[in-house]
Amino acid sequence: MTLILDILIVVLIGIGATFLLIGSYGLIKLPDPMSRLHAPTKSSTLGVGSLLIASMLNAWVHHDPSVHEVLVMAFLFVSAPISGNFISKTHLHMRRNDTDLPCPPEEKSWASTAPVKND
Amino acid sequence: MPMRLFYRVFPHPFLTLLLIVVWCLLVNSISYGTVVMGLILGFLIPIITAPYWPNRPPLPKPWLLVSYFFVVVWDILVANVEVALVVLFKPNSRMRSNWVVIPLELRTPEAISMLAGTITLTPGTVSADLSADGTALLVHALDADDPEEVARDIKARYESRLKRIFEA
Repeated sequence: MTLILDILIVVLIGIGATFLLIGSYGLIKLPDPMSRLHAPTKSSTLGVGSLLIASMLNAWVHHDPSVHEVLVMAFLFVSAPISGNFISKTHLHMRRNDTDLPCPPEEKSWASTAPVKND
Repeated sequence: MPMRLFYRVFPHPFLTLLLIVVWCLLVNSISYGTVVMGLILGFLIPIITAPYWPNRPPLPKPWLLVSYFFVVVWDILVANVEVALVVLFKPNSRMRSNWVVIPLELRTPEAISMLAGTITLTPGTVSADLSADGTALLVHALDADDPEEVARDIKARYESRLKRIFEA
């Protein structure tokens, strides 16, 4: 039984490491800032997720059950989209005069590119 | 009247519940001591933060969040593999990165931020911005031939579910 679980843990660590590697490779390979943003968001979900499941299984097998990993995953899933959003907003600020950005329907501008009101 | 008193003592009941669960997870054990300490935190923190969060978000059907969670986890798994294949085997010259505009039917800020978070977590799409009046979401897709189709998918798969959970 322990052997099967050990194999499962190894497989999970392998999957996690593979996806983290692919995410890092994507960071180098993809051509522009917005595409590059896709690479880290995906490695943080499945990559770190399966590493954390492996860690939880390992603690359970060795009779020291731990659920901290659930919290790590929860905080990661809450904070990853926010940091991604911040990076893309910064990017939008930097390319203010670019024209290939689509316009929102019935509205003149996006929140990042809206003219600043001085009242 | 008793409901009023309840909301005066616990301005955000779900936050209280969440704080108790998070506290028990942090301590890594469930005993009377930890639950009581969690309850104290769950009582104090919502009251202290209430001035910054005056409105209670409406949540008419919270149990649907469970099925939403599993749908999102499954999509993360599938999309991860798809995007990994795109990154590994598709040359940059054939990559079709696109901006996608998603007109929103959702109006609750909590629901919109949850939709934006879901879009970013599922690989292949990153939510970038909200229109100034909050009626459209700007999303960047890594490899999409047809932006309209991506918008339709997201609206059908996530927005309709969130609408049922938050605004039914």
